[in-house]
Amino acid sequence: MSQKFDIQQLAELVRLNLKPDERAKLSRDLEKILAYVEQLQTLETDQVQPTSHVLQIENVFRKDIVKPSKVRESVLKYAPKRSNQFFKVPKVIEET
Amino acid sequence: MNTQYESVIGLEVHVQLKTKSKIFCACSAAFGCEANENTCPVCLGLPGSLPVLNEKVLELAIKVGLALNCRISERIKFDRKNYFYPDLPKAYQISQYDMPVASKGFLVVEIKGDGGVLTEKRIGITRAHLEEDAGKLLHEGIKDGSWVDYNRAGVPLLEIVSEPDLRTPEEAFQYLVSLKAILQYLEVSDCNMEEGSLRCDANVSIRSIGETKLGTKVEIKNMNSFRAVQKALAYEVKRQTKAVESGEKIIQETRLWNESKSETFSMRSKEQAHDYRYFPEPDLVPFSVASEKIETIKKSLPELPKARWDRFKTRYGLSDYDAYVLTSDKILGDYFEACIQEKADPKLTSNWIQSELLALLNAGKIAIGDSPVKAKDLAGLIRLIGNNTVSGKIAKEILPMMFETRKSAETIVKEKGLVQVTDLKVLEEAADRVIRANAKSVSDLKAGKKQALGFLVGQVMKETKGKANPKLINEILTQKLPIQ
Amino acid sequence: MELFRLTIKQAQEVVRKTPKQAGELLQALTKRIGQVDSKLKAYVRFNPNHIQLPKRSDQNAPLLGIPISVKDNMVTQDWETTCGSKILKGFVPPYDATVIKKLKEAGATIFGKCNMDEFAFGSSCETSCFGPTRNPWNVDCVPGGSSGGSAAAVASDTAIAALGSDTGGSIRQPASFCGVVGLKPTYGRVSRYGLVAFGSSLDQIGPITKTVEDAAILLNVIAGHDECDSTSADIPVPDYTSFLGKNVKGLKIGLPKEYFAEGLNPQVERKVKEAITVLRDLGAGCVEVSLPYMKYAVAVYYVVAVAEASSNLGRFDGVQYGLRAENSNLRDMYFETRNQGFGAEAKRRILLGTFVLSAGYYDAYYLKGLKVRTLIKQDFDRVFEKVDLILGPTSPTPAFKVGELTSDPLAMYLSDIYTISANLAGIPAMSIPCGFSRDGVTPPLPIGLQLMAKPFEEGTIFRAASAYEQATKWYEQKPKL
Repeated sequence: MSQKFDIQQLAELVRLNLKPDERAKLSRDLEKILAYVEQLQTLETDQVQPTSHVLQIENVFRKDIVKPSKVRESVLKYAPKRSNQFFKVPKVIEET
Repeated sequence: MNTQYESVIGLEVHVQLKTKSKIFCACSAAFGCEANENTCPVCLGLPGSLPVLNEKVLELAIKVGLALNCRISERIKFDRKNYFYPDLPKAYQISQYDMPVASKGFLVVEIKGDGGVLTEKRIGITRAHLEEDAGKLLHEGIKDGSWVDYNRAGVPLLEIVSEPDLRTPEEAFQYLVSLKAILQYLEVSDCNMEEGSLRCDANVSIRSIGETKLGTKVEIKNMNSFRAVQKALAYEVKRQTKAVESGEKIIQETRLWNESKSETFSMRSKEQAHDYRYFPEPDLVPFSVASEKIETIKKSLPELPKARWDRFKTRYGLSDYDAYVLTSDKILGDYFEACIQEKADPKLTSNWIQSELLALLNAGKIAIGDSPVKAKDLAGLIRLIGNNTVSGKIAKEILPMMFETRKSAETIVKEKGLVQVTDLKVLEEAADRVIRANAKSVSDLKAGKKQALGFLVGQVMKETKGKANPKLINEILTQKLPIQ
Repeated sequence: MELFRLTIKQAQEVVRKTPKQAGELLQALTKRIGQVDSKLKAYVRFNPNHIQLPKRSDQNAPLLGIPISVKDNMVTQDWETTCGSKILKGFVPPYDATVIKKLKEAGATIFGKCNMDEFAFGSSCETSCFGPTRNPWNVDCVPGGSSGGSAAAVASDTAIAALGSDTGGSIRQPASFCGVVGLKPTYGRVSRYGLVAFGSSLDQIGPITKTVEDAAILLNVIAGHDECDSTSADIPVPDYTSFLGKNVKGLKIGLPKEYFAEGLNPQVERKVKEAITVLRDLGAGCVEVSLPYMKYAVAVYYVVAVAEASSNLGRFDGVQYGLRAENSNLRDMYFETRNQGFGAEAKRRILLGTFVLSAGYYDAYYLKGLKVRTLIKQDFDRVFEKVDLILGPTSPTPAFKVGELTSDPLAMYLSDIYTISANLAGIPAMSIPCGFSRDGVTPPLPIGLQLMAKPFEEGTIFRAASAYEQATKWYEQKPKL
């Protein structure tokens, strides 16, 4: 079966460090599922509008009003790593 | 013969819209707060949280769209732009992909030619779309990592994308000046590049003149002023031209501007192979903009720079160029008009602002809005010149004192006794003293050497410590020393 | 009767009469958990110490002093919420989901957090990082999924009632496997604010209860517009209990021929057909209808739902909360955190969802999926012009064995073939018990009947379900534990 996808590239996009055996297994699964999904291609849908939202709701707004939530401490308390009022991550290298 | 190249430039401007709360939650959008103070489950992207659009954001975006002569979309929707970065809490940015608020507009930019002659150029606006800002990363002085502050995450942004209609770095600079002016007039943004409320990325390519196909474009980021944009583009055009001339191929890439080294450098990052996987944001419903709403907003638009420019010319008799300079910055224009309100002469005011005041402000790196000399006080000084209380020369000495002391011109004139001497008796006595002491010059003058008069006037001015009215001295000396 | 066996309705009366019984009810449930949950593993967390004892001023609160258990994908303030995933270990939300708020305002105690498939990805409750939940009727079988913990808790009387969430059948299929009532309301009927998202355009929270009446009581509490959820409908909420105890005379029920085709287990078919006879005898009119595009529902679902899921799960990156694989390099931190934190099924769906949205494949997969979704919705619109309800089996089979389908993801996906289309169309659907499958060797396994209605017409479902339930009283049968 010809593969449409590059499992390595997909894993790179979604930040998964797949191990070789995982890669092989997931590739097979994806191929099988995509082959099943392929049946959609038999349908003629040129005149059909896509449905992103099943309800016909529109124009839902909120007013421009400030309401402080005061969650900072309770979020930082459980953060994997913090430094005072900041979340802390490994060094982000912006320049090379 | 060498090939001539032209540059093709398009700009992407991100402008923070001035709202009280963020785009999708009720957190304050204020700048300069304690780290992570303005955060909630929504802008932190905590599991389970959902966005709801701030109605003010859409209104401001429509305002900008209208001012940029855009078509306002009847239906808009939001999409997710997926990518990973620690400043992006949900790993997707809510943005607009194929149904932006506004599209197909234009902005008329004034290009300054030789001798201050302005020529108009119409720059196309491809689109303006809404999105949420990301948080902020701090690296400096932190050895073992980076810090993340999400106060900025969810601040409303409008991205304004121009057509690749700009041909020189100078045009790009002027485009930014004009765009900023419009945004300021609309009062939709603080437009402060240092605080990041206005940011600009540039796309630039070169091609030989006459060629209609676009060359390979390079994106430049990390410029923190309009001048930096201009400099970065100039550098990049030079770099690309040199590369092409030596037979190299331009690589499509993102380059960063290094201000201190005055050069761009490649990011050389794997991240460049982005696939953002845009798809409609299922957590937000679509929006329809009624034509009545667009009309209402249109009617509420304030006077824009172009209209004010014309008004300054007809109402105040200013020159094309002076009126342009004064109206290209809203605060400057407001300052000018505040002076006029205080009964200062328009032309004199225009000159004083553009030469003396701006020189002092620029020297001190002070924005016009923060000027220690308020419009009321500058108007006071200009009135003193107008009614001959002080000479222009003395006024030029008074202004820096006003800057320093924040006192009014009247007070300084009184304290320092700088009132112009117009008492004929005092002036005649001074003239007599000068005549007695400068026999040589007197005889030169009498012999018809007119330059000698200037020297004698100067001596009388010296006698009166610069307070004499030069016109009167001239008259007295001419009368006393008729040419034979 | 033992207190833990109470329905919400019965508990309301007990607590109203004797407020201190609320404490005893809690103790009874806690004890019951101690006795049976080690076999079932329906709970990942429960909290016997936080009962709100009734206060005089709360006398009108509908769930006064009643413990309610929730699926562990609804965030609870200051109480760990993990979605059955290792990647959320240690995540303590700073806020309550809207449904949790509403339950608390109604006087309920959030009693326990129920096990689930990781991020609701599954039909068997086997993909949880806490291990599988077992079916109370036969512990060798799965309870269904993904709200398997909630369904097993209600069926085993370790919960008075529970909330589940349903993206493609995750309330109805486990309700069917465990012999309890499960309702997926209309999309937009119940706020999703605070529900950890799987497929945002499909997800809906709903009740899992011992009786139809309890489902109506619970839906009354959780339904309604929420200004925190842009997709929540601003449509008045009727009193769902007012639809109970009515007859079904004149009600038109459509029987889609596609639901009774190849692949349907004969015992399930027989029981569902018996239920049709019961409803006919009660006065309902049944006609055959057709939903020709239903056969594409699973394919559409595994495009649309996984695309949304792949994006929704991006945020689990170890930066702000939950698991972080510490590393001095940011890139490695991301890759290791996510690789260690997600289980196989989550990875499968993230990769699949990423593929269908990726450059060059969006139109052929994602856009195509959205278009066929329209066709499926139009199927329902057309059929609902002629009938008030659609009836069919909830699941093609009774509960399957633990481990039976884990090696074949596609076969697992196909077990949701009858439930997925209601999510794609956004319509309400309920599973109610309609009998048992018996092979004479292993313990009997419950079978579920599915009722679907037009958007926002949950009331019609309650009317028919209540009439059927009163005529059959399947809920009186309890698993032997």
